[in-house]
Amino acid sequence: MAAMLVVPLAVALALGVASAVARSRALVRLAGLVTAVVALGSGLALLATGQVQELAGGLLRADALSAFMLTVIGAVGLTATWGGLAPEGDRSATPTPDERRYAALVCVFLGAMSLAVLTDNLGVLWVALEATTIATAFLVGHRRTRLALEAAWKYVVLGSVGVAIALLGTVLLYAAGRTAGEATLSWVTLTSGDLPLDPGLVRVAVGLMILGFATKADLAPMHSWLPDALSEAPAPVSGLMSGVLAAVSFYAILRVQAIADVVLGPGLVRGLLLAAGILSLAVAGALILRQRDYRRMLAYSSVEHMGIMAIGAAVGGPLALAAVLLHVLGHGLAKASLFVVAGRIHATEGTALVADVRALLARHPRLAVPFVAGMATLLGFPPFALFFSEVTIVVAGWRAGLGWAMAVVVGLLLVVFAGLVRASSSMVLASGPAGADDVAPGTRGGGRSAREVGPGRGPLVPLVLALGATAVVGFLAVPVGEVLERAAAALGVS
Amino acid sequence: MHLSEAAFSQLVALSTGTLLVTSVLFVWRRSLRAAVRLLAVQGGALALLVAAIALAEREGELLVTALIVLAVKAVAIPLVLARGLRADGAALRDEPRMNPTTGLLAVAGLTTVAYLVSRPIIDATRGVAALLAGGDAEAGPAAFAVPVGLTMVLVGFLLLVTRRRALSQMVGFLLLDNGIATVAFLTAAGVPFIVELGVSLDVLLVALILAVLSGRLAELFGAADIGRLTGLRD
Repeated sequence: MAAMLVVPLAVALALGVASAVARSRALVRLAGLVTAVVALGSGLALLATGQVQELAGGLLRADALSAFMLTVIGAVGLTATWGGLAPEGDRSATPTPDERRYAALVCVFLGAMSLAVLTDNLGVLWVALEATTIATAFLVGHRRTRLALEAAWKYVVLGSVGVAIALLGTVLLYAAGRTAGEATLSWVTLTSGDLPLDPGLVRVAVGLMILGFATKADLAPMHSWLPDALSEAPAPVSGLMSGVLAAVSFYAILRVQAIADVVLGPGLVRGLLLAAGILSLAVAGALILRQRDYRRMLAYSSVEHMGIMAIGAAVGGPLALAAVLLHVLGHGLAKASLFVVAGRIHATEGTALVADVRALLARHPRLAVPFVAGMATLLGFPPFALFFSEVTIVVAGWRAGLGWAMAVVVGLLLVVFAGLVRASSSMVLASGPAGADDVAPGTRGGGRSAREVGPGRGPLVPLVLALGATAVVGFLAVPVGEVLERAAAALGVS
Repeated sequence: MHLSEAAFSQLVALSTGTLLVTSVLFVWRRSLRAAVRLLAVQGGALALLVAAIALAEREGELLVTALIVLAVKAVAIPLVLARGLRADGAALRDEPRMNPTTGLLAVAGLTTVAYLVSRPIIDATRGVAALLAGGDAEAGPAAFAVPVGLTMVLVGFLLLVTRRRALSQMVGFLLLDNGIATVAFLTAAGVPFIVELGVSLDVLLVALILAVLSGRLAELFGAADIGRLTGLRD
């Protein structure tokens, strides 16, 4: 079973290399999809064994939390890559260099995220997270328009600098371990409580690491690259970045938090995460209310949901952490589906402005229905998983004596709710200006290159599966509830 | 080869001194060509520091790390940046939002801040030399040098926010990374070898990507002035 640690990484690398050089159309088309399926399968297999697997002297290690995160990477990756499959054009044509590069980078991206959750070494975790920046840089700039390039530049500079702060923290943590007698970046050793780590140094290190990883976890105030990158990247890539890359970075924060809890007690990290979470909710609320571009609106919705997860982690305890993990899964699936749908709406309507999309339900029910279902998930309507996770986090926070914070959280959630409902109802229901329906698709919005306007069609099955999964997952005490409990316990809070 | 304590502290002082002086020069000089040369010098100084620690600690692995640092930071990254400069083509001088005098004052301030905030780090780690000497840490050469690394990090941030040209931002990022590496070597004799390998590779790839992107920016926007990147906003 320990082989399951290597399989997702090896497959991602092999398919990445193969699709970079292959001339087979099918391979280039399906490489990302297969990588995601393998990650999903390995994650489920690791969850099924229920034991901690180790390889290469502990460099690769999967406890229940790692296995759960790998499953999320696979599931969200499957939704995004499957949903992103455009209808097949010319079957015989050899793939263009652009298509090959896109496929290869998606595989490497998925592989880097898998490595990030499958390692026990915080240094390797950092290297893998930085590798995701490298893999996604050209994916964000894939369209090569001015705006896409601008987004890619800001993303690489801000992302790398932010994550570099986490490297400084990692280095100081290593120094603390070395001074305490054992030079190690192993998370297991650092959380064991056996090392007499210097609290002052750990405090600095943990603060820097959380600040740095927050950059890629889409938490305010480190989020400024996010709306640009997510609105310019191809839709499946936006879905992956918002749905699962942020969650992987958040996973790094959870691991750091576990170290801080052992060495320093919960105070410092709780304060940091609570502040970041509430600030994220406030920023998201303010900007969603006045947002005119629906892709940017979805990006700010990610800031909101990562804020909720940060608040859940700040509350701590088995109940809140299990809810946070449920939130990771539900948000990932819903957000990946929504970005895929948003990409199709963009391709069909030729505009990214909320105000220019009207009466979607009447004109394009195949787009409108999944869009509404995804929005209902994101907004936390029952029976979708996010309803249960949000309620649980708020209740757990209340019990933990953070009543005032939870009151603020609920208030801000209502603001976000109002903004999202207003925008999506106007897109789906409002009747359009006279004659708007006669305008040929792709001619509005002006100045867009022809290659950007693909056919706004694609498979519905992945969206149905993903949203269906978020609808039932909240009810499954066995096996889902039990898995979440084990994963939360892996952080040492049982 | 044995390295006497005096020789070790002289080597550390020499290399960290070079690192500090080059960081100040980054702020003073506006020419991007000068920045390329400064990066190469800084990479060399960092490699010297690693080699000195390797000899003092008698770790063969660390000597290999020194060679990697030399190859990546003193040769490969300056080459990438120089290639980016040729691709960018436009004026090689930056017009910072800050004049050199203000810049130097800011660096002086940042250095002071670095010395103040690194106190807990110095107290806790007592430097590599202290471990070698077995106690009596306060005067250890590596301990007094930690603020140099933090100064480099802060000056890197300064360049990132005050420079207008895309490649200058890249220089800021690379200076920041050199600073982090300096802190790593001074406090813990570097991170584990496999992590060091991964980090070096990551930084090199990021540098390559930034060089390619700035070339494309220059094609689309004329001179790659990040002040013109205003298409995306709320």
